[in-house]
Amino acid sequence: MMTTFRLILLSGLVICAVATALVKKLKAAVIIYMAYSVIMSVIWILLESPDLAITEAAVGAGITGILFFLTLHRLNLIDADEDHKRDTEGEEADHEQD
Amino acid sequence: MSKIDKDSLLGLWLTGDLDLTEQLYADPLPHPEETEKYQPSHDPAAAAKVTRYFRRFYNICAALLCMIFAAIMLLTVANLPPYGAKDAPTVNEVAQRYVEKGTEETGAVNTVAGMILDYRAFDTLGESFVLFTAMCAVTVLMNQSGKRRRVCVEAETVDYYADPIVRTMCKFVIPVILVFGIYILLNGHLSPGGGFSGGAILASAFIIFAMVWGDERAQGTIRVPVIKTITLCALCFYALSKTYSFFTGANHLHSVISPGVPGRILSAGLILPLNVAVGVVVCCTMYSFYMYFKRGEL
Amino acid sequence: MTAMFTHIVSNYEEVVAVILFCIGFCMLLFSRNLLKKVIGLDIMDTGVFLLLADRGYIAGRTVPIITDGVSDMTRYINPIPAGLVLTGIVVSVSVSALMLSLTVRIYKTYRTLDMDKLYLMISNRRKGGRA
Repeated sequence: MMTTFRLILLSGLVICAVATALVKKLKAAVIIYMAYSVIMSVIWILLESPDLAITEAAVGAGITGILFFLTLHRLNLIDADEDHKRDTEGEEADHEQD
Repeated sequence: MSKIDKDSLLGLWLTGDLDLTEQLYADPLPHPEETEKYQPSHDPAAAAKVTRYFRRFYNICAALLCMIFAAIMLLTVANLPPYGAKDAPTVNEVAQRYVEKGTEETGAVNTVAGMILDYRAFDTLGESFVLFTAMCAVTVLMNQSGKRRRVCVEAETVDYYADPIVRTMCKFVIPVILVFGIYILLNGHLSPGGGFSGGAILASAFIIFAMVWGDERAQGTIRVPVIKTITLCALCFYALSKTYSFFTGANHLHSVISPGVPGRILSAGLILPLNVAVGVVVCCTMYSFYMYFKRGEL
Repeated sequence: MTAMFTHIVSNYEEVVAVILFCIGFCMLLFSRNLLKKVIGLDIMDTGVFLLLADRGYIAGRTVPIITDGVSDMTRYINPIPAGLVLTGIVVSVSVSALMLSLTVRIYKTYRTLDMDKLYLMISNRRKGGRA
C-alpha cells in the first residue's frame, strides 16, 4: 500500500519535472515547478523527515514561486512564451516602460 | 541610529541610502583604436547560419554529456546498498552517537536540531552567512534609488486591499501564520521545525501582508533600518557564540549553560537562541528578496 | 547483469533522484531561456536532496525525535542527511534568488532572455559594434 503511494508520488514528480522542461509558457513552467515542490514535501514526510517537509513547503512551494513570478512580472513576461512571443501590445508596453 | 556617521558606508547602508546602481550601469570605456578599425559584419544571414551550426554541435555534445552522466550515476545506484537497509555504511557510529548521546549532551529532543545547531553549529554559521551574502548581492543587483525607480517599474498592480474578500481573509490568516511560524521557530529543539522552516513561514506571512496591504504601508510597518539592524544583531550573536571554532580547529567546546531537562521549552542551552537567530536571518532575507524583486528597494 | 538490474529496481527512489538530476541537467543544457535554466538548476538541487535523504532512510524506523526516553539507534532513522538537506534547501533558494536578479539585469541590458540572441549581441559588442 505504502509502496504504491510512494510510486505514484515519485512518478508524479518525474511527470512534473518533464512537464516543466517541455512546456512553452514561462508562467506554466513556474506553476508546475510549484506543484513539483508540493509533491516533494509529501515525499519528505514519507522519508520520515518532517523538518524537510515543512521547509520545502514554505520555501520551495512558497517563496521560490513568488520570486519567479515577481521576476516575470518585473520583466513584463507574464504572458510570454519561451521565445518571447506574445501580443504586439505587450511588446510596445515593454518598450515604453524603459 | 543618529549616532552612526552618515558618511560611512555602513551608515549609508543602514539608513538605506547606499546606491551602487551607477557603478553597475556605467559602460566600460571603449578602446578608441578598436572601434575605429573594426567594422563588424552586419550580415544577419551569416550570423544565423553560424549560430545554427554552433547550436547543432552544442546539442550533440550536450546530449552525449547527459547520457554519460546518467550512465555513470545509474551504475553507482546499482552498486549502492539496498534502499532502506539497516546495515548500510551510512548508518555508522557517527549517526549512532548523535541519536544515542544527543539528548544527553545537547538537551535537544529533536536530534536534527541538536546536530545542526550544536555539534555542527559552525557549519550552520557559514550557511547563514551564505544567506546574508546572497542578500547583499541581490541588494547590489536590484537596488534602484528614487528617481530611476519612479520612471522604471510601474506595471499594472492589482489593489488587493480594495477587495473585501481578500482583505478580510488576510486579516484572519496572517496572525495564524505568524503564530504557527513562531511556534515552529521556538519549538525547534522539541518538534520538527526550527530556524529555517520557522523563518520561512514568518517571511511568507510578511510577504502576504506586503502583497495585500501594498508596498508603502508594508514599508511603514516593517521599517527598513529595523530589518537591517535585526539581521546584523542576529548574525553577530551567532558569530560571537560560535566563532571560537576558528581557534579550536573546528572542535567543540562544552557549553557552560546546562542542557536542562530535555522536553522543556527552556532547555537545550544555546540551541533555542541560535534557532531564533537563524530564523530571524532567514525571515529577513526572504522578505528583503521579495521587496527587492517587487519594487527595487527594501 | 540480472543482479545489477534487480538492484536498480529495488533502489527505485535513487533511480528517480538520478532521473530528476538528469532532467534538470537537460533543462540547463538545452533550454535557451534563462528562466527555464534557473528552474532546471532548482530541479537538479532537489534531485540531489532526494538522493541524500534516501540514503538516510531506514525501513520501519521513525523520525529522529527522541520520544518516551528511548534513545536507541534501532528505533530512529539516520539524522545526518536530514541536517545536510535542511541547510541545502535554504541555500538553493538564495542561489536561485541571486540568479534571478542577474537575469533581471541581463534582460534590462539586452532586452532578451534567449541564449542565442544574447551570444550574438555580446560577441558583436566585443568586436566593437553595438547590437
